[in-house]
Amino acid sequence: MAKPRAYVMVSVDADTVVIGAREVKTRLAAEIGGCGLGGEVRVLETGSFGPSDAGVVAAVLPDGVVYGNLTPERIPQLVEEHFVKGRPVKDWLLPGEHFLPDPENSDPRGQQYFGRIVLDNCGRIDPESIEEYIANDGYFALGKALAEMTPEALVEEVKASGLRGRGGAGFPTGLKWSFCASEQADIKYVICNADEGEPGTFKDRLIMEGDPHKVIEGMALCGYALGASQGYVYIRGEYKLSIERIRHAIEAARENGLLGKDIMGSGFDFDIAVKIGAGAYVCGEETALIESMEGKRGLPRVKPPFPAKAGFRGKPTNVNNVETLANIPFIIRNGAAQFHRIGDPGTPGTKVYTVLGHINRAGLIEVPTSVTLRDVLEDYAGGMRAGTFKMAQLGGTAGDLLDASMLDVPLNYDSLAKNGHSLGSGAILFMNETVKVCDFLHACMKFFAHESCGNCNPCRNGMEALLELTERLKQGAGYPGDIALMEELVMGMQSIAFCPLGQSPAAPVLSAVRYFRDEMLTGIDADAVRPRPEHTMRHLMKLAS
Amino acid sequence: MANTCECEGSCTSVVYEELDAFMADCPKGRDRLIPVLQKAQELFGYLPVEVQEYVAQALELPVSEVYGVVTFYHYFTMEPRGRHTINVCLGTECYVRGAKKIVEALSENLNIKMGGTTEDRRFSLTTQRCFGACGLAPVIMINDDVHGRVTPKKIAGILAQYE
Repeated sequence: MAKPRAYVMVSVDADTVVIGAREVKTRLAAEIGGCGLGGEVRVLETGSFGPSDAGVVAAVLPDGVVYGNLTPERIPQLVEEHFVKGRPVKDWLLPGEHFLPDPENSDPRGQQYFGRIVLDNCGRIDPESIEEYIANDGYFALGKALAEMTPEALVEEVKASGLRGRGGAGFPTGLKWSFCASEQADIKYVICNADEGEPGTFKDRLIMEGDPHKVIEGMALCGYALGASQGYVYIRGEYKLSIERIRHAIEAARENGLLGKDIMGSGFDFDIAVKIGAGAYVCGEETALIESMEGKRGLPRVKPPFPAKAGFRGKPTNVNNVETLANIPFIIRNGAAQFHRIGDPGTPGTKVYTVLGHINRAGLIEVPTSVTLRDVLEDYAGGMRAGTFKMAQLGGTAGDLLDASMLDVPLNYDSLAKNGHSLGSGAILFMNETVKVCDFLHACMKFFAHESCGNCNPCRNGMEALLELTERLKQGAGYPGDIALMEELVMGMQSIAFCPLGQSPAAPVLSAVRYFRDEMLTGIDADAVRPRPEHTMRHLMKLAS
Repeated sequence: MANTCECEGSCTSVVYEELDAFMADCPKGRDRLIPVLQKAQELFGYLPVEVQEYVAQALELPVSEVYGVVTFYHYFTMEPRGRHTINVCLGTECYVRGAKKIVEALSENLNIKMGGTTEDRRFSLTTQRCFGACGLAPVIMINDDVHGRVTPKKIAGILAQYE
């Protein structure tokens, strides 16, 4: 068969399936075949390119053009113009500079925008084809590690890379691995935390949908480093396409001898199974996730013992986020030193974000950890769509609210920590002046109050109290002193709540007070009189009953 | 879905048999409780106390533990639901883009409150945390179909697709 002269990559992810991506793909293949170009132009399915508000997206390679908002009706004209007459349909082109992953890194701004690490294959390969993953250096790192490296050397390499957990807390990954690696046990487990549930965050979903083998390879490398023989991917039940593609990838890897017994003849045994979540935000906390995997309510455990000592079924267990594991193959393939050169030295590498809100280009991006919020807004998100920038929430609902004064701080753990902020889980929500701080806080608190698992008092009652406080502020009926009360409450929760969920409201509340105190004061009614304590007590008893 | 079936006798026993078969296939151990309950809900449409007792007995667990798990996770419900479940995403992005108005429009249109089921058992209305489909906000999910960029005006047309 002749080598195809062009490839059309249709981005099929959970968002685009809904709006007809598969129909577009079928129609494309039919039209191209109908013009007798079936042998020259191949139509392939791939993961997300990034944009999440441009309808069905397809790229033509090697031409390097990207079409957006495709519908089956537009296909005949597209095929006629682009493939038969050879001229792109300008009206349907997307401004593609940030969307199409560029392995050659020809970006004029040089050092600042390195090639992608995690998303390098997303939108370029067919996620359901292990051959395409292998052709793009896939499983090279696993082969290299099994042939040339001891497990100890692998842990050291990850340590040297400076990789920090991408789930939100930013704990050094190599150090975490070393805890579990030093344990002696008959069996150890590796868990990939794909219970992504922070509102606004769906980067892990797009990684799994776009390049599932990268996650599998990262887990196998982790298993080899720690001496673990069984891995689990804990995926939330709503992520149907992720579940499908991860399962497919596991099977393909097994068939190719890349999972299972005696991988690549090295004597290393490792297999992976999928666990499906039943819907509880708290299960993103690693010990709650383990409880849930054991078939129990997802209540966080008392630590210590940490999972590295006694995790799943009481055995040493290592839990990492999807994005963290997807970084591992690059580190092993290219070496820790090369990874360390990318981004900010304190948090080397890149970070994947979903950028949303009142901006021109919403979607998935991967940027080095040296870029600032302004870079993201202006270069990647295409600026504000309407109004002017008022604030951004960095890292999902549990993230800090930042105002314009923070636009030039690089987005990495150290630079943000210097300003009293954290990086969070990988969502950036940009908001213009139409969003009122008190309304927004109330929406955040509603989420937390709903998701509090009820295990500990500070979180269970604290969240209800916060909900009530923000509701009053939102209606302009706050009592004098309510803002101070909120601050006191979240700080209390931060220090005594049982798990990170109960500590979460501190970030949005304290940062909102820090940057938007004046606006929040407008929610206070100076004449309102706080009910006498006995009333409050009675109210609390009513709540408790 | 099975919960809409009026025949209480023979048809349920078939469903129980299917559940038995599923349980027999699961690897032994405490871990299987959640997958078994997920399957049971898929088969029965909801998890009434009888089904929980049945599962508890089969897996040799106290009913209280099964109940604890059922009430903990959002996916499980003890109330029969309508033929179609409408989930409104109340994630931050959807909220910012007007999810609240969608909720109001839905409850007005169906004449039920949040969490309720229409009298003809056609629809149940619930909310959920972020679906991770923020690019399409505001989003609602009916059964397994996601409807993006919903506006109050579109509601009637979307609902008409479900009988």
